Amino acid sequence: MGVTQTNVPVAAKPSEFPVVRIRPTSGGLALDLKEAWAYRELLYFFVWRDVKVRYKQTIVGVVWVVLQPLLTMGVFTLFFGRLAKLPSDGLPYPIFYFAALVPWAYFSQAILGCTNVIVENQHVITKVYFPRLVLPLAAVSSGLVDFAIGFIVMLVLTASYGIWPSSAALALPLLVLLVLLTALGIGLWTSALNALYRDVRSIIPFLVQFWMLASPVAYPSSLVPHRWRWLYGLNPMAGVIDGFRWALTGHGAPPGPLLLASTAMVVIVLVGGLFFFQRIEGTVADRV
Amino acid sequence: MTNIVIHAEGLGKRYRRGLTTSNQTLRDALSGFLRSPLTVLRRSQHETFWALRDVSLEVRQGEVLGLIGRNGSGKTTLLKILSRITRPTTGWADIHGRVRSLLEVGTGFHGELSGRENTYLSGSILGMTKREIDKKFDEIVAFAEIDKFIDMPVKHYSSGMYVRLAFAVAAHLEPEILLVDEVLAVGDLSFQRKCLSKMGEVAEAGRNIVFVTHQMNQVRRLCDKVIWMDGGTIRQVGTTAEVVGAYEAAVYTGTASSQAIRGQKARFLSWKISESRGESPHMVTLLNPITVRFDLEISKEVRHGHHGVALFSVDRQLIWACAQDDIRLEPGLHSFAYSFPMLPIRPGPYSWQVSLWEDGELLDLWDCLPEINIATQVLQHSKDEWNGILNIPYEFTIHDDENHRSKSNRF
Repeated sequence: MGVTQTNVPVAAKPSEFPVVRIRPTSGGLALDLKEAWAYRELLYFFVWRDVKVRYKQTIVGVVWVVLQPLLTMGVFTLFFGRLAKLPSDGLPYPIFYFAALVPWAYFSQAILGCTNVIVENQHVITKVYFPRLVLPLAAVSSGLVDFAIGFIVMLVLTASYGIWPSSAALALPLLVLLVLLTALGIGLWTSALNALYRDVRSIIPFLVQFWMLASPVAYPSSLVPHRWRWLYGLNPMAGVIDGFRWALTGHGAPPGPLLLASTAMVVIVLVGGLFFFQRIEGTVADRV
Repeated sequence: MTNIVIHAEGLGKRYRRGLTTSNQTLRDALSGFLRSPLTVLRRSQHETFWALRDVSLEVRQGEVLGLIGRNGSGKTTLLKILSRITRPTTGWADIHGRVRSLLEVGTGFHGELSGRENTYLSGSILGMTKREIDKKFDEIVAFAEIDKFIDMPVKHYSSGMYVRLAFAVAAHLEPEILLVDEVLAVGDLSFQRKCLSKMGEVAEAGRNIVFVTHQMNQVRRLCDKVIWMDGGTIRQVGTTAEVVGAYEAAVYTGTASSQAIRGQKARFLSWKISESRGESPHMVTLLNPITVRFDLEISKEVRHGHHGVALFSVDRQLIWACAQDDIRLEPGLHSFAYSFPMLPIRPGPYSWQVSLWEDGELLDLWDCLPEINIATQVLQHSKDEWNGILNIPYEFTIHDDENHRSKSNRF
């Protein structure tokens, strides 16, 4: 049973305070994002906790964040590039792969983190109220620290190949936002589903793997025939990755249509995810 | 209507039975659907139960409301709905003012983080702003008496330090409405006293507290008004003296709950300490030999009976248990008596559980009411973190081997 809560202003005395009405409703269509905004400080503390705990184990955390995409890049360059001779749209292989692996690593980590976030925080969820939406938001936000580290490595790498940021780099913040919203959109679904069905978390790693093959990480999206390109763009990560390659190197044309299709898809997944999440949010404490 | 801070009408909460984490997998749900798509859609009424049904209440400004009743009567469910942790299935409630809930001590604590970091984290989770925490930080540390250890990870804290810091954070919340669930049952006596006096201050400041507890002395001390919950509904509401009196009377006569599923063939009726020197036949004040009697009624002959008895602490930790075999009982009234040289356990409330079986079939199981109250002299270490579960009389001796003298102290 879905439920909504509304804040009604009230006259009368002890009620210079706002009134919170607690009630059940069935499948309301109103999104209450105001509530989550009111708890933005808690979001900050959850992110702060995640980052702090993750990097508490000293230097290993940072090294791993840098090493993982670098190693994957090496493997991809060797097998997909040198041996399979897949095209790279004229970019040096290391740049071509690394520019895809940095957003991809963020995306897959954020999805996995989101999937578990409700169950991992069940001790808090069952003891105190806050908008549960804060949890997936924190999960996708805390990954941004790793992302930033990977991004700096990326800049060093492009510079070492003599590639300097062009005006295309101005699109980067928007692309970061797009990958964050993609991860959040998917993560809202998976976190809610994992709270309902505990085996979802074992399916997700497989799906993420599968998803990588369906995204232009190891190959350029130009391999996809032109008339299917729009369909390919329905995979939001296709637009994100092509966008990153273009924005970082200034190489080639901006992936306009692909990016538009991806953005439209993200909006649909995200709004759907918000409604679905809000539906289970009110009673999720009974489920974990 | 001017000064009502909580107003609830017809609150109800339905749970699905067996809705536990272990049996809820996507695989089961899918395979269940494939096997018989119709039964999944036709969910039978037997699988659900009402943990709370048609509860209406009002709390006025400055009132301290106590919720009492036995386990499973719906107190905690009601508190969880009022604190918005979960939503009701039916009914509604209006809450005027900021609500903060304290359902456990140490909500949001993370072992890897330091005391300082946890103060901010837990404070924020409990609803404080960063500025409020900044302002009260020194006060919190002073209250917790752990200033030296504030930058140490809490996983290295003793349980006493952990509880003190956790409560210090919670105690500095300043909501208009505070919802508290049985948290005073944890920790040692001095911690409980500190909690109580802090709650008293909150109440005097004209703020509201809704308070769940099993300890009637706490209810008497703090509450203006009491609601007695039974089987998910309100059984009685009124002034503290009136409701607590009725509840205790019912508890003593064994009619405190209409919900208990009890045996037909055999039935435990009551229990008491025979020749009690305490204030009541359910209180132990001295570390002397005692005999505990459980009265039961047998309506049909029991030939191969087994009987079990167990003693639990309030947090349902098993303290002691034993069992007897080959019991033969004629129809009529009987009593089982256990004699102990003493009950050397930490003072506090405990509860007996007695059962009678025949050939593997349960005839009756009773979570004895009222609780047994241990109120013996404390012979334990005075520091919280060294309070164990036993409270054993002892003698301490220093031998002076050179002068063949010895000096001892008996406790």
